Amino acid sequence: MIPFDYRRADDVDSAVATVTGNPRAAFLGGGTNLVDHMKLGIAEPELLVDVTGLPLDRVEELPDGGLRIGTNVRNSDLAAHPLVRERYPVLAQAVLAGASGQLRNLATTGGNLLQRTRCVYFQDVTTPCNKRTPGEGCAALHGYTRYHAVLGASPHCVAVHPSDLAVALTALDAVVRVRRADGERTVRASALHRLPGAHAERDTVLEHGELITAVDLPPLRFAANSRYRKARDRASYAFALVSVAAALDVADGRVRDVRLALGGVAHKPWHATLAEHAMRGGPATVDAFQAAADAELAEAEPLPDNGFKLKLARNMIVSALRGLAGEDAP
Amino acid sequence: MADTESEITLLVDGVRRSLAVDNRVTLLDALRDRLGVTSPKKGCDHGQCGACTVLLDGRRVTTCLTFAVACDGAEVTTSAGLATDGRLHPLHQAFLDHDGFQCGYCTPGQICSAAGLLDEAGAGWPSAVTADVRTAPALDEEEIRERMSGNLCRCGAYVNIVAAISEVAAKAEPAP
Repeated sequence: MIPFDYRRADDVDSAVATVTGNPRAAFLGGGTNLVDHMKLGIAEPELLVDVTGLPLDRVEELPDGGLRIGTNVRNSDLAAHPLVRERYPVLAQAVLAGASGQLRNLATTGGNLLQRTRCVYFQDVTTPCNKRTPGEGCAALHGYTRYHAVLGASPHCVAVHPSDLAVALTALDAVVRVRRADGERTVRASALHRLPGAHAERDTVLEHGELITAVDLPPLRFAANSRYRKARDRASYAFALVSVAAALDVADGRVRDVRLALGGVAHKPWHATLAEHAMRGGPATVDAFQAAADAELAEAEPLPDNGFKLKLARNMIVSALRGLAGEDAP
Repeated sequence: MADTESEITLLVDGVRRSLAVDNRVTLLDALRDRLGVTSPKKGCDHGQCGACTVLLDGRRVTTCLTFAVACDGAEVTTSAGLATDGRLHPLHQAFLDHDGFQCGYCTPGQICSAAGLLDEAGAGWPSAVTADVRTAPALDEEEIRERMSGNLCRCGAYVNIVAAISEVAAKAEPAP
């Protein structure tokens, strides 16, 4: 690790100005990913601007009935918040499905979204990785591919995004609030992360110096009927092989509305728009759920070791939706 | 002092400690190597094993993924600091009574994590195995296992660790 300067941010604007003005500066949140990357030699900032003291640590009700989650709200506080648990159980479940009790006490909302892939080749600086060093090549492509993407990958990168929180936020169509040197902008959660294309080094659409200040959850009555399911190689404390965030609104046996997003399958949380479209207005039946899952996964391109993810994703989608429709759904 | 070093003060197990640290020093290394506080242990040094767990301002955290400089002014309680006036904490005694360890290397982290878990459950926090996250679940064995998943024990004393925590949790619950 190279020596670095450390400053505590006094206010949002000066923190953004400081990092924007120094290409070797980085924001420090809970540190659970960045500190590890500094140890591993993946990240080498010369200045850390600690934003955890900024007053962005509250969950507030919005006038429209939604919630605003400050970027410094710790993962554990987010999952424990009564309004989150009541109105958006998929979000509380997603957060609780990730990391460990100790890490959730440290990790922040913004930091969770900006965590980087756990692709072992990305984390091992002795192997080539386009995400670490653009143009270097991808060791994962012809390596052990069990954990890698089946949707939206490119010849440059097959890594998946590790966040559970981001999958739930994508399903809920949350809005990410971003401060930049010349003002504020908003980005839909589903558009925050990007597919790798020819620029695997860019995980998100954010530019250097832009700071996530909050995440807004829109009012969504049927989100009270929502669920997060996660399959992994051990019962707890592991990243997803496949995860599913779903919310379902059923009336008279028909799907009035539905939200669906997948984790563990792509370089970004995968908003399953094809499946949503296939289900809306149709019957809330297992056959319809299966057809919707098949529509979503039709374009998948599995790698030699991860073809199982397709069947797993299909089964988990159907299982999650059936649970939300009621176990007696036909 | 160079820009890459900082003066910090920590309240460690009730004792105020001031020191100069290179900004690269983690809280774990500051405690063990600089202050001689060796209760938290270094296992994986990547946040995966939980051996370095302490209570930071009352909450369980891994100290290997936290820079000491970012903890200036914080209160740190280690497993050793949970003992008061030479008397063991109920979790210490329960780990002894239930054989909750063999080599003991992970134990201080297990104890601090268990202490944090009891506070979190007492505050009504759900977990990943809670059937309905709207409810505050009782701490049965499944809940304890899930909530302790950030602490590895390579001796495999898990069954007895769960028994020890279950006993303390049962005593902590208000009488019906």
